[in-house]
Amino acid sequence: MTEQISGRTPRRTPERFAPPTRFAVPGRIGVNERTASVWRTATLTGIRPETPRATTFRFAVPGWPGHVPGQHLLLRLTAEDGYVAQRHYSIASAPDDSGHIELTLDRVEDGEVSGWFHTVARPGDRIEMRGPLSGFFAWPGDRPALLLGAGSGVVPLMSMVRHHRARDMRLPLRLLVSARGPEDLIYAREYGAETTAVFTRSAPEGVAVGRMTAAHVAPFLAKQPPSGWEAYVCGSNSFAEHASRLLVAAGQPVERIRIERFG
Amino acid sequence: MSTRRNGITDHVNITRGFTGRPRVHDPGLPPGQYDAGDDWPVLSAEVTPDLAPADWSFRIDGLVAEPRTWDWEQAHALPASSYQGAIHCVTSWSKFGVRFGGVSLDAFLHGVRPHGSATHVVAYAHTGYTANLPLADVTGGRAWIVWEYDGRPLPAEHGGPARLIVPHLYFWKSVKWIAGLRLLDHDEPGFWEGNGYHERGNPWEEQRYSGD
Ligand SMILES: Cc1cc2nc3c(=O)[nH]c(=O)nc-3n(C[C@H](O)[C@H](O)[C@H](O)COP(=O)(O)OP(=O)(O)OC[C@H]3O[C@@H](n4cnc5c(N)ncnc54)[C@H](O)[C@@H]3O)c2cc1C
Repeated sequence: MTEQISGRTPRRTPERFAPPTRFAVPGRIGVNERTASVWRTATLTGIRPETPRATTFRFAVPGWPGHVPGQHLLLRLTAEDGYVAQRHYSIASAPDDSGHIELTLDRVEDGEVSGWFHTVARPGDRIEMRGPLSGFFAWPGDRPALLLGAGSGVVPLMSMVRHHRARDMRLPLRLLVSARGPEDLIYAREYGAETTAVFTRSAPEGVAVGRMTAAHVAPFLAKQPPSGWEAYVCGSNSFAEHASRLLVAAGQPVERIRIERFG
Repeated sequence: MSTRRNGITDHVNITRGFTGRPRVHDPGLPPGQYDAGDDWPVLSAEVTPDLAPADWSFRIDGLVAEPRTWDWEQAHALPASSYQGAIHCVTSWSKFGVRFGGVSLDAFLHGVRPHGSATHVVAYAHTGYTANLPLADVTGGRAWIVWEYDGRPLPAEHGGPARLIVPHLYFWKSVKWIAGLRLLDHDEPGFWEGNGYHERGNPWEEQRYSGD
């Protein structure tokens, strides 16, 4: 720059461009780009079935930089001929100092990576991971949280529930979780008063069967904390579309709805 | 930095018992990608907006001689142009033989006359989503504003009524519900770029995350 800077104008970096729109959803936390680009070798230390289709895998990860609930990682498996398969997985465990993290994987029909985990993996196996990634879906525990998940979409939300519990937070947190039936409800034994389960195909006696509806969501918006909710929606794309529409219809501001779609 | 090419890597951490699915070498597939076939996953981070064509507009401003806004009809009056080929998502799927119809971004840029000092653009959506791109990546017949997919109106969850496509880069650069471009003389990270993703996102170099 050759322009003379006038005495009264302090030198400053150019202001970042923000679009003139009303939806802008800000990121939640900064991501450490250095740690996010390092591949670490993790060792599988435990396998715990959650439902007939979902299993939790516990890993020791040397040098794990720590995560914020809601973040995910990138994991890769390598075949003998050098072929690599990589997939994203949400972190299920709450941040702690154990040097371990947990993932919960659905068994996908013909799934290359989830298939290996469900049929071949055993403690002692080493796999590679990099992360944590994405500051967008993260919940540092600073605002009341309304969580809507379906199927394995409950995984990143469970990290938030566990964090909330481990830190004994007073801040309101509610989880609305959808599963096909009680036997498919991941983490069923861990839920407390903060959780409402919705069953789409079969339900225990006296509980309605059907999709999540406005009637499930409206009460949370009718009785919300003074500063409102930060809403987090996670699951398949069709669930994410459905649940986010319910939230908007119930009056949740769009710029306070964060969506993670598992594709 | 990854030294992997065509799915083959030189690192030595072989996963016990992992073979992967049977594979044929496909020169059309960038490293680390798989062919999603007929699937077209949706991966936006915000609520799909309810945006009618009549409420859609597209603006180009910043370092240009004549900033301008086009409405739906004005944009459609520009010469039609289409893209047929592959698209590549950073989450590892690629999709082949897709057909998008719309207008080349060159036609829009021609109307605003960019200054010689413009080097980058921030593309932004009606939702507030942003992505940064070098100006050179969106000129020369490499980027389009599209409203048709496979001969029909572009579905809302895929960015309809209109989105940007920059098919030679990872698809998060192809801003859905496109609202405008601002031309700048410097690079400014967009939504994912500020969340750890790569500045440029070239699938053939496997530029997924910052530092790749
Ligand atoms: C941010 C994020 C977080 C996620 N978190 C979780 C999580 O916590 N838990 C979880 O279970 N999942 C999660 N997922 C989904 C996960 O990344 C994988 O998509 C999922 O485990 C399936 O991978 P896979 O290798 O088992 O299946 P894939 O092999 O990828 O198969 C998936 C489907 O595509 C078909 N397919 C794919 N490739 C081919 C091919 N070459 N030929 C033929 N068919 C093919 C398969 O038949 C199958 O129906 C997450 C995804 C994202 C984006």
